[in-house]
Amino acid sequence: MKFAVITFPGSNCDHDIYYAVGTVMGADVDFVSHHETSLAGYDVVLLPGGFSYGDYLRCGAIARFSNIMPAVIEFAKAGKPVFGTCNGFQILLEAGLLPGALKPNAQLKFVCDTIPLNVCQTETMFTNAYEKDTCIQLPIAHGEGNYYCDEETLAQLKENKQIIFTYAGENPNGSLENIAGITNEAGNVLGMMPHPERAMEELLGSTDGVKFFQSIINHLRKVTV
Amino acid sequence: MTVLEPTPQEVKTQQIYLEWGLTQEEYQLIEDKILKRMPNYTETGLFAVMWSEHCSYKNSKVVLKKFPTSGTRVLQGPGEGAGIVDIGDNQAVVFKAESHNHPSAIEPLQGAATGVGGIIRDIFSMGAEPIAMLDSLRFGELTDSRMKYIAEEVVAGISFYGNCIGIPTVGGEVAFDPCYQGNPLVNAMCVGLIEHKDIQKGQAKGEGNPVMYVGAKTGRDGIHGATFASEEFVDGEESQRSAVQVGDPFMEKLLMDACLELIRHHADILVGIQDMGAAGLVSSSSEMASKAGSGLVLNLDQVPQRETNMTPYEMMLSESQERMLLCIKKGAEQEVQELFESYGLDAVVIGHVTTDGQYRLYHEGKLVADLPVDALAEEAPSYNKPRQEPARISQFKEMPAYVPNVTQPLATLKELLQQPTIASKKSFYQTYDAQVKTNTVVTPGSDAAVLRIKGTNKGLAMTMDCNGRYLFLDPAIGGKIAVAEAARNIVCSGAEPLAITDCLNFGSPDKPEGFWELWEAAEGIAEACETLTTPVISGNVSLYNETSGQAIYPTPVIGMVGLLEDIATVTTQGFKQAGDEIYLIGETASDFNGSELQKMLEGQIFGQLTDLDLTKEQTRQRLLLQAIQKGYVASAHDLAEGGLGVALAEATFEKGLGCEVNWENAACDLFSETQSRFLVSVHPSQKEAFEAMMEQDKLYHLGQVTEEPVLTIQLADQRLSESVTTLKDLWEGAIPCLMKSKA
Repeated sequence: MKFAVITFPGSNCDHDIYYAVGTVMGADVDFVSHHETSLAGYDVVLLPGGFSYGDYLRCGAIARFSNIMPAVIEFAKAGKPVFGTCNGFQILLEAGLLPGALKPNAQLKFVCDTIPLNVCQTETMFTNAYEKDTCIQLPIAHGEGNYYCDEETLAQLKENKQIIFTYAGENPNGSLENIAGITNEAGNVLGMMPHPERAMEELLGSTDGVKFFQSIINHLRKVTV
Repeated sequence: MTVLEPTPQEVKTQQIYLEWGLTQEEYQLIEDKILKRMPNYTETGLFAVMWSEHCSYKNSKVVLKKFPTSGTRVLQGPGEGAGIVDIGDNQAVVFKAESHNHPSAIEPLQGAATGVGGIIRDIFSMGAEPIAMLDSLRFGELTDSRMKYIAEEVVAGISFYGNCIGIPTVGGEVAFDPCYQGNPLVNAMCVGLIEHKDIQKGQAKGEGNPVMYVGAKTGRDGIHGATFASEEFVDGEESQRSAVQVGDPFMEKLLMDACLELIRHHADILVGIQDMGAAGLVSSSSEMASKAGSGLVLNLDQVPQRETNMTPYEMMLSESQERMLLCIKKGAEQEVQELFESYGLDAVVIGHVTTDGQYRLYHEGKLVADLPVDALAEEAPSYNKPRQEPARISQFKEMPAYVPNVTQPLATLKELLQQPTIASKKSFYQTYDAQVKTNTVVTPGSDAAVLRIKGTNKGLAMTMDCNGRYLFLDPAIGGKIAVAEAARNIVCSGAEPLAITDCLNFGSPDKPEGFWELWEAAEGIAEACETLTTPVISGNVSLYNETSGQAIYPTPVIGMVGLLEDIATVTTQGFKQAGDEIYLIGETASDFNGSELQKMLEGQIFGQLTDLDLTKEQTRQRLLLQAIQKGYVASAHDLAEGGLGVALAEATFEKGLGCEVNWENAACDLFSETQSRFLVSVHPSQKEAFEAMMEQDKLYHLGQVTEEPVLTIQLADQRLSESVTTLKDLWEGAIPCLMKSKA
C-alpha cells in the first residue's frame, strides 16, 4: 500500500501530509514531482494544501496543467482513491475531477482557525472509520474556500450522497449549504477545504484527522484482501 | 542608448551626494583620503548607500557596543544575516527581526510583504529552515481613516506573503498610539531551525572562485531604499514612492527550497551565501568580500535584468526582491546552474573573487567603479552624536504622583478591554496561516507562541514585545522593562529565555534629544540582557522615524526565543479547570504613569516611571519557570497593559471559565501596571508544593477558577461581577468595530 504526495512548484503543505501519512500513520509514502507523468505503483494520490505556482491567478488554475495531471486524471478514472485538501481541492475542481467551483471567501479575507465539521457520510473510502453523525474539529486555512455549484449539481450531490463534510458551526467562508468537502459521483475522489493532516496529534490540539487517513487504509486493506 | 551621467566634476560641484544622504565631510573623506581622486557618479552612489545609517550603523554603532552579544549557547552573534543559538543535539535556533517601517508607510501591503520576505531570506541564507514568523506592529489611532487603511493593508501584506510561502505566522503584537500616525512601525521576525553542520557565512573567498547571482531578475524597484529608510518623512513629498519594492512569495519559496537544497546536499561546492536585502547587489557583494578579506570583480552585463538600459548605478542599488548571491568553488558553476534550473530559477556567474581587496565593476567593457572594498563595507565613519535629555523628562520627574479616579471598576474594566492595544487582535491574526508545517503548539493569542521540534521532545517559545509608552517616560527603565517583559512571556509558556533580537525604532539621532533616547534605551536593554542572561544575537536599527519633525515614542522592539527541554510542560495564559487555585505573584503599587488607564482617562501619558529591580525580576522568573517545569502550574500569564483586572479577564477567555477572586485593594489598583507580576492558576493537588516553592517570594492567593463563566472580584470596598461572555464580546468586538466605523 503506497501513497503518493504530488508536489507542485510552491506547494507548502506537502511535507505536512507526508508527515501525517508517513510518520503518524506509519504508511509507505513518496513525494511525486509535478514533472513526472506516471503514477504506476501507487495506491492513493494526495494533492497537498497550501499554494501552487503562487496562485496569483485563480487557485489551482495553473497546477491543473502540470505534467503529472493526466496521470492523476487517469488514476481517478480507474477508481483509485484521490484526495485533495485545500489547494488540492481547488486543483481537483479546476481539473474537472469534481463538480462546482471555489470562490474567494465571502469576507474576502484569508481565514485560519480550527472549526467543527459534520461527517455526513461514513460509508465512503475516506470516512469509514468515523462513527455516524460525528462532529469533528479540523483546522482550516484558506482564502478561496467558498464552494459554489448550480442547482442541478447540488441536487445531484445530495442525491448521490456526495456531500461528505459540512461546517457544523458558523460558516467560515460563505460556502453553499455549508459544504466543506465533496466526492465525485463514483466516490473515489474527495476534495475538502479543512486540513485533516493538521489534526493528527494531541499536542497540536486535535487528533480528529487520524480517522480520515485510517479510513483510506481500511479501504485499501479491504480491497486487497 | 547611452545614458548620460554627471561627470565626477559635476557630482562634486553640484553636490549631488547631498541628496543621497552623504555629508560634505564624508564626500571629502572619500575624495581626499580613500580614493585620492574625485569619485564618479556610480562610485558616489555606492558610498552613499553603503554609508547610510541603514547599512553602516554609523550613528548607532557606538550604542550597539553596549549590548552583551556572547554566551555559552551563542554560535553566531551580530554581523551575519542572523544570530544563532545552540539548543543541543547538534541543533540550533536562528533568528532575527527587521523593520520595514518607511516602505510600509508609503505602500503598506507591499511594504509589509517585502519586510516578511527580507527577513525570511536572512534566515535561510544562514542555512536554516524558516519555521515561524512574528510581527510587531505600531499604528496611530484607528479613528483615522488613513490609519485604518494602513493597518488593514499591512496585515494583508503579512498574510499574503507568509501564507503563500508557507511559513506560519505565529505571534507578535499590535499597539496603537497617536505618535505612530505618520510613522507606523512594521517589524518582522523570523525563526529558523538548523543542524550545526549546515551553518553558512556570507563570505566570498578563494581567488578565482565565481560569484553567482540566483533568483529574480533586477529591476529599478527600490532604488535608494536604504537611504530612504534613513530619512525623515516630509509632508507633501510624493517623490519617495519609487523606493518601495514589490514581493513575490512564490519566487521566494522556490529560491528558499533551491538554496536549502544547495546548502544541505552540495555543501562541498558552496563557499558563502548572502541575501540581497537593503542596498541590494552592492551591499551583499561588498560585504561578502570584505568579511573574507578578499576583493571582487563583477561584470554587470551578466546581471539578469528585467528592464532595459539600466545603468550600473541602478543595478547596484536596486532592491528588487527574492535575489541571493553565492560564492562557489571554481568549476562547480554547472552543478549550481542545474540545481537552480530544476526550480526554474536563474543562476548566473557575474564575477569572481580576487585577492587585492579592490571592488571593481565593469559595464559594457568599461571599468565603472574601482574602490577599496573595506572602505565601502566596513569603514564608514562612526559618529558619537551629542545627546541631551529632552525637557519632558525633568518635567515628568517633578510631577506629583498620579492616582486615577476609579469609582466604577467594572465600567473601567470594560472600557479597558476595548482599548485597541488591549483588545483581541484575532481579526488580524486570523488571516495568518499559523499552523502550516504542523509544529504550532500554542497559536497566536497567548503570551508567547510555542512550536514543537519534530523528532525531539523539545519546543521553542517566541515573542515580540515593547511598550513604547514606558520608554517615552524613561527610555532606560523602559528599555529594561521591554526585555523583562519579553522574558516574562517566554517564562509563562514554560520556556527558558535564550537570547534576543531587537528592532531599535527611534527618531532622528541628529537631534541631541533623539540620540539621548537611543543611548539611554540601549543602556537599559543591555543591563536587562546581562542580568537575565539573554544576549543580543542580531537585530536592526531604524532611525529617523519622524514625520514633520515629530518623533515616535522610542520603540526598541524585543524579539525573544526560549527553549522548552520538554514540550509536555508547555503552559498558556488561560485558566484550565474549575476549582484551580488562582495566585498573584508580586506586590502591587500605584504604578499608573504610562499605563493604559492613564492614556484612556487623560488622553496622554506623563509622570515618572518606577525603576525595575532586575535581580528581583530574574529570581521571580526562575522560580516560576521551575514551578512550571515541575508541573505545579496550570496556567501562567504576565501582567501587562491594564494590570490585574485585564489579566484576569484574559485568563477566563481561553476556555470560557469564570473566577471568584478576593483582593483587599482599592479599585484603581486593579489596573496598576506594577512590573514583575504574574497571574497563575494551580490545580488543588499541586497547591501545597507550589506554595512551598514560591514561599520565598511575594505570593497572594486570590481565589478559585469557577465553572460558571462569571468574573467576580471582591475589592476592599466593593464587588464587581460580570459574565465572561459579555467581557469577551467587548474584547473581541472592539477592533472589528473600529475598523468598520466610518469616522
